[in-house]
Amino acid sequence: MIAPDRTQPHVDTAPKVSDEIRKTTCYMCACRCGIDVHMKRGADGKLQVAYIEGNRDHPVNRGVLCAKGSAGIMQHLSPARLRAPLKRTGPRGSGQFEEISWEEAMETARGWLAPLREQAPEKLAFFTGRDQSQSFTSWWAQAFGTPNYAAHGGFCSVNMAAAGIYTMGGAFWEFGSPDWERTKLFMLFGVAEDHDSNPIKMGLGKLKARGAKVIGVNPIRTGYNAVSDEWVGITPGTDGLFILSLIHCLLKAGRIDLSYLARFTNAPVLVNGDPKSPDHGLLLTTDDGVHMVIDRRTGKPAPFDGEGVEPDLAGSLRRAGVSHRSVMQHIAERYLSDDYAPETTERLTGIPANTTRRIAADLARTAFDEAITLDRPWTDFRGHRHETMTGRPVSFHAMRGISAHSNGFQTCRALHLLQILLGAVETPGGMRFKPPYPKPATAHPKPHCRVTPGKPLDGPHLGFVQGPDDLCLTEDGSPARIDKAFSWENPMSAHGMMHMVISNAHAGDPYPIDTLFLYMANMAWNSSMNTAEVQRMLSDTDAGGDYVIPRIIVSDAYSSEMVAYADLVLPDTTYLERHDCISLLDRPISEPEAAADAIRWPVVEPERPGHAGVRGFQSTLLDLGHRLKLPGMTAADGSPVYSDYADYIQTHERRAGVGPLAGWRVGEAEGESTPATAGSGLRHGRGAPNGAQLDSYIRNGGFWTGHIPEEAAFYKPWNRAYQDWAVAIGLYDKPLPYVFSLWCEPLRRFQLAAEGQGRRQPPDHLRARIRATLDPLPIWYPPLQDGHADPVEFPLHALTQRPMAMYHSWGSQNAWLRQIHGMNPLYVPTGVWEANGFRTGDWARVTSQHGEITVPVAHMAALNPNTVWTWNAIGKRKGAWALDPEAPEAKKGFLLNHLIHELLPPKGDGLRWSNSDPVTGQAAWFDLRVKIEKVAAPRQTYPDTGTQRSPVPPAPQTVRRTTGAKE
Amino acid sequence: MTDLPEKTERKLGLVIDLDTCVGCHACVIACKGWNTENYGAPLADADAYGTDPVGAFLNRIHTFEVQPDPREDGSLPPAQMFHLPKSCLHCDDAPCVTVCPTGASYKRVEDGIVLVNETDCIGCGLCAWACPYGAREMDPAEKVMKKCTLCVDRIYNDNLPEADRQPACVRTCPAGARHFGDLADPDSAVSRLVEARGGMDLMPEQGTKPVNKYLPPRPRDAEIDVLAPYLAPVDEHPKGFLGWLDRALGKL
Amino acid sequence: MHPAPSLILFTTLSGLGFGLLAFLGVGLPSVTGWIAAVFFAIGFVLAGGGLAFSAFHLGHPERALKAFTQWRSSWLSREAWAASGTLGLMALFAAALVLGGLRIAPLGWLGALACLATVGVTSMIYASLRTVPRWHHWSTTAMFLGYALCGGALLAGQRWPALVLLALTGLGQFLAWKAGDARFAAAGSTTGTATGLGHLGQVRLFEPPHTGGSYLTREMVFVVARKHATKLRSIALILAFLVPLALLLLPDFHHLGAALAVLSHTLGVLAARWLFFAEAEHVVGLYYNRSAA
Ligand SMILES: Nc1nc2c(c(=O)[nH]1)N[C@H]1C(S)=C(S)[C@@H](COP(=O)(O)OP(=O)(O)OC[C@H]3O[C@@H](n4cnc5c(=O)[nH]c(N)nc54)[C@H](O)[C@@H]3O)O[C@H]1N2
Ligand SMILES: Nc1nc2c(c(=O)[nH]1)N[C@H]1C(S)=C(S)[C@@H](COP(=O)(O)OP(=O)(O)OC[C@H]3O[C@@H](n4cnc5c(=O)[nH]c(N)nc54)[C@H](O)[C@@H]3O)O[C@H]1N2
Ligand code: SF4
Ligand code: SF4
Ligand code: SF4
Ligand code: SF4
Ligand code: SF4
Ligand SMILES: [Mo]
Repeated sequence: MIAPDRTQPHVDTAPKVSDEIRKTTCYMCACRCGIDVHMKRGADGKLQVAYIEGNRDHPVNRGVLCAKGSAGIMQHLSPARLRAPLKRTGPRGSGQFEEISWEEAMETARGWLAPLREQAPEKLAFFTGRDQSQSFTSWWAQAFGTPNYAAHGGFCSVNMAAAGIYTMGGAFWEFGSPDWERTKLFMLFGVAEDHDSNPIKMGLGKLKARGAKVIGVNPIRTGYNAVSDEWVGITPGTDGLFILSLIHCLLKAGRIDLSYLARFTNAPVLVNGDPKSPDHGLLLTTDDGVHMVIDRRTGKPAPFDGEGVEPDLAGSLRRAGVSHRSVMQHIAERYLSDDYAPETTERLTGIPANTTRRIAADLARTAFDEAITLDRPWTDFRGHRHETMTGRPVSFHAMRGISAHSNGFQTCRALHLLQILLGAVETPGGMRFKPPYPKPATAHPKPHCRVTPGKPLDGPHLGFVQGPDDLCLTEDGSPARIDKAFSWENPMSAHGMMHMVISNAHAGDPYPIDTLFLYMANMAWNSSMNTAEVQRMLSDTDAGGDYVIPRIIVSDAYSSEMVAYADLVLPDTTYLERHDCISLLDRPISEPEAAADAIRWPVVEPERPGHAGVRGFQSTLLDLGHRLKLPGMTAADGSPVYSDYADYIQTHERRAGVGPLAGWRVGEAEGESTPATAGSGLRHGRGAPNGAQLDSYIRNGGFWTGHIPEEAAFYKPWNRAYQDWAVAIGLYDKPLPYVFSLWCEPLRRFQLAAEGQGRRQPPDHLRARIRATLDPLPIWYPPLQDGHADPVEFPLHALTQRPMAMYHSWGSQNAWLRQIHGMNPLYVPTGVWEANGFRTGDWARVTSQHGEITVPVAHMAALNPNTVWTWNAIGKRKGAWALDPEAPEAKKGFLLNHLIHELLPPKGDGLRWSNSDPVTGQAAWFDLRVKIEKVAAPRQTYPDTGTQRSPVPPAPQTVRRTTGAKE
Repeated sequence: MTDLPEKTERKLGLVIDLDTCVGCHACVIACKGWNTENYGAPLADADAYGTDPVGAFLNRIHTFEVQPDPREDGSLPPAQMFHLPKSCLHCDDAPCVTVCPTGASYKRVEDGIVLVNETDCIGCGLCAWACPYGAREMDPAEKVMKKCTLCVDRIYNDNLPEADRQPACVRTCPAGARHFGDLADPDSAVSRLVEARGGMDLMPEQGTKPVNKYLPPRPRDAEIDVLAPYLAPVDEHPKGFLGWLDRALGKL
Repeated sequence: MHPAPSLILFTTLSGLGFGLLAFLGVGLPSVTGWIAAVFFAIGFVLAGGGLAFSAFHLGHPERALKAFTQWRSSWLSREAWAASGTLGLMALFAAALVLGGLRIAPLGWLGALACLATVGVTSMIYASLRTVPRWHHWSTTAMFLGYALCGGALLAGQRWPALVLLALTGLGQFLAWKAGDARFAAAGSTTGTATGLGHLGQVRLFEPPHTGGSYLTREMVFVVARKHATKLRSIALILAFLVPLALLLLPDFHHLGAALAVLSHTLGVLAARWLFFAEAEHVVGLYYNRSAA
């Protein structure tokens, strides 16, 4: 066949790849991978973005990049990019705007906000989405003086974060991750994609390469659960019960890590057992507040951290007529009960009893029989030196599948209890914290809400309450914050409750506001429950024809649904055009082995020829702060303290020597404990501000890492070497060892109040609920919606999942990604599919107690039999995102949000309960119950929320992207 | 160049692990990005923001559901889900090459990579018809045939650091489900992987002799493991746990 | 497969054209002068026009000449040679006949053979594709030849040959459809083999790689409803074969009848060709859950 003189065309196998590589940080999700942006010089001589790939040196992604990250270039070049500040000209929601100058925009904003600050700062509600500058935006809001600030955590995953921090001083995701290198059995609860997107995939890849076992607990078997070796298709909302059932089996068999529990947790601490005592259920302390245990050596009570004390897990004590029993006794008593026997729980969880038993045995065998030992000496906080580190190679990870339920806080606590009973937190092969974690709840600030007109707020807005005294209530006991965070309804709402802001502001409950200022959250669309109604609230008018929410300012980079509801739009740059800082003060990119932070910088200048242009929002906010003469932003002579955000990043100091970035600060390098920069006059960690710090970051690839010494890499909360390192680097001001709170006292304090103890008392209608749900030991109760929506009439659970190749609403403007997910069907399990006689291409009406939608359906067998689901946020409003109004996203895509109300359906008690976790206020997205029926295929999905006019010109027909160089 | 070489010196190709692929589409977009800027015309997207967007992609992920047969007791095991990434398999007996009327399609003698010489392509589409795997797509703007190049402009590219001389899709895959190497060399890492995990061909009955191999998924949802007995209680008495605890602590 | 109008017109018209030219080559009818000119013109317009339509299918028709290079392996390249060679041969023959009044019979015979060979080569473009089991069979060539001969006979006004050819080809088409229906399954490619997952159980596409269309789904994953197909098959049989047969059998068969027969036949062939493409399942459909059955 072969022609001997065969000649092949010449192929240039070594073309020049780019003219320059600029290293910055991805923004397509909160994972914040490092990216290499390849630049090519165009015909006009300017560098253009040509290609984006992962940065191999970056601690987060080690060179890999997800679909969104690689498609970032199309985000940067999106036709939906805003080009100038906008002033509304038509009614809210219409999308009619005129472009105005930056000066006019800034003066308008100043004109609206200055009087509020002088008279009633709380009338500004400033809420931000998944931005990565919360330490900055909260600082601004504090300077303004409003108590009404939060980021998006309340509707995202606060259950996970709060349960983790209250229980063990850290949670999953950016706070902690499995020890991917060593774990042998990995259980994943309720995760479709997670914030830690690439690291989880890399981790799973490592496990797969080693043949380690992965168990996926999820009603839906896609993605990570598809590659799991075993799938547990649990009934939504019942994970707590399943986990407590595992705990039941482990306890019953005595397969728990006793020495770990005795040394590192409050399991041996004594609990007051006197029902009449004001301290009933609180932990016994010494006079100076140290928790008390029984010392096994003496049988006598002793401080838990006393010299040589051997805490007795089974201890009890009778003192002054009051009996005290160890936390461990309470644990045993509760979970050994047959209520948690696998045979009892299987009906609700849908998990056969023998599956639960088998998994419990698997966990025990792996944790104890396959324990690993590292020959790494370390010294604990009691001064005790250990020659080795014992690993329990079982690890867990969980996200919104358990946290976005109204029993999510307690479910997350249950999972942490399971981990801790197995001794699998901060031990090799288990879960490891990432700096600045571990950090106990007590080391975090408490929330502040005291308003003084013309003055800053009395302290940071958000924090961790320790009991009723820390709630944000006014004199008359009503909520002090517009979102009612830190009120009796949701006392431990550590991240605020952004999902309640619009409906509360509309209702004027607890008080009316003047200006709603939103940054980077599509609250008129996918981040709100009850979307159509929220749109109505945003555009509702009072008797006088004025808007009920008088003013709305929005910062967005694109023509989103939210933009259409703004009165004033402050256009942001894209992520490749601005400075950002991913700070240790906030949500850094650390790994279990290292503290790390990072920046973004303008790898291209923001150019919007012929228009007023766009500005990085943080710089805009600094400018606004200066115009408002806010302290910290305005110098004594009236000039701005910071010229822009880059300047702030480099020169702002939060505490002495601690600023937004920890790398390359000014000072002499010292000691072994901070990674040194010998002889440069620079040091890492603590140090004076460095005016050229950003250049150092850029030279280093956009990030900084400070490695944790080997000796300090595990047992961090109790490890002296780690504690000293953390102080040196500036994470703590002094060592902060602590023990895990299996018994969570703050919860008990609220229960005590509900029982009538104490000065601050909850309203009567909340007493029973607080008593039932704020239990100091993990409990399970059915998702609250089950008590409101009839499970017989609404037999199906309805869920959403993140598609790996799409980011919330903003991915749809991406020409590449929208081809992968341009519409979304509702996936229906086999039984329901057959019962309804569905065929490919059919449509259905889906009804919740609150509303109905009409959507396309598709069949899925690998699905919990009582669950339907769809991909999140694919549906778009007509006219948004520079898409054709007839685009599939608008006609065959839909939001499940229309079915979810921010309040639970009325149940005849005259009250409207919030659709949130009663502890943290976490939005209970996944409690939703629905019914489904087949309908004739309509023209499009319903409801139809109308069409918005596009403030940006129509998008091009064909995309055929070339850098100038290629053409 | 429509003839196939009798033998190629090397057989460069991909080995894709169906046990590990999470279906994230990262490789799809990395491929799109790289190939938009490199080999041949940019990969265009027609009606990119409109009602019916159609773009050229060289690599795509399909998701399949498998319902295992009922067990002996009649119960149905849970259905399973797999992601199948698919790009050109650089077949040894590539029908897409022999049907090409212009010689634009060819298989390289030195490494077996199947390429389209875009300046010769008349856009007749016949090669796409001849490929069983759907590995070729006509560019909607340039109207020439596009296909995976195995990143021929990366793997030999000395403008790239050594570690980066691998296909864009392999470099980006977060789960490490894609491997690149010489499948003609029995000692290469990819060949060993194929050997160890029973690497397979797609549609072997089509006689195309693909170079790319797929690693089959490991068994899922293993039935109750007889080797792992259930946990035995420490004590049958109701109050026994505390007694056990005391004894166990004593032994620590 | 997508029933592209360019390809339907190409195969239909060039089939008719080469069919007619084949008849003219063997001297049926044995015409001369301007009548011959008209006959040849019809033949060339149909054959040439068909080829021109095929160019509409090309992304780069301006590079069409490159298609002559790969005759050693590519049926499409061979078709380029065959078609142009045949047209050249027949042009010589026609020129001699019409302009010179000279019938070079061996050239005519050769030309006729070449015409049939060209149709055969065209058919091989399809029949050689293993990926489309319905096409991958000798009957594809047989049917192409049958259609070309029927059309040629009708156009050439050869009543009795036409009758026989129509009857045979009609029957052949009926049988070919029946046999074709089973061929995808017989070829052995299933979603199981396409994914390599068949040993695990019943394999079903859950999500395609993209929610919208693609070149592949447009070009190769065309599906035609079975009910629709059956109806079209009947229409094709009636128009292509039964109506012409009936017209030919009319006792007072005349020019109008012949013209009607040609028209009906052509419409029938167009329908059959539409089905030829539309009913052909490409194995790539297995990746899109569009398998036969
Ligand atoms: N049904 C259902 N609903 C949900 C969820 C669910 O699971 N199910 N999940 C919830 C959760 S956890 C979350 S976090 C929310 C997310 O919902 P949102 O936070 O609303 O997320 P996006 O849709 O990405 O909207 C963010 C906004 O930021 C804008 N933006 C993008 N880039 C920039 C930029 O660089 N600068 C500025 N200023 N703006 C920018 C976008 O244009 C968009 O308008 O959705 C919630 N909604
Ligand atoms: N590609 C991509 N990545 C993202 C985002 C994105 O939009 N796109 N968004 C980011 C944001 S803001 C967030 S908050 C994270 C969220 O990341 P995830 O926590 O992965 O959130 P979801 O995608 O909502 O997935 C929730 C999972 O929980 C499952 N689930 C629901 N209810 C239950 C239950 O009761 N029990 C169990 N066991 N499982 C349950 C669902 O089936 C689903 O698989 O992702 C981040 N990463
Ligand atoms: S996971 Fe993807 S989108 Fe998120 S930061 Fe990393 S590359 Fe970007
Ligand atoms: S996969 Fe398709 S395009 Fe690639 S060599 Fe094989 S037949 Fe040709
Ligand atoms: S489309 Fe191009 S590469 Fe394919 S067969 Fe035709 S000429 Fe050859
Ligand atoms: S090898 Fe290169 S061209 Fe082929 S699929 Fe991977 S990235 Fe695309
Ligand atoms: S990048 Fe890797 S894990 Fe993701 S779809 Fe491609 S092969 Fe699968
Ligand atoms: Mo979120």
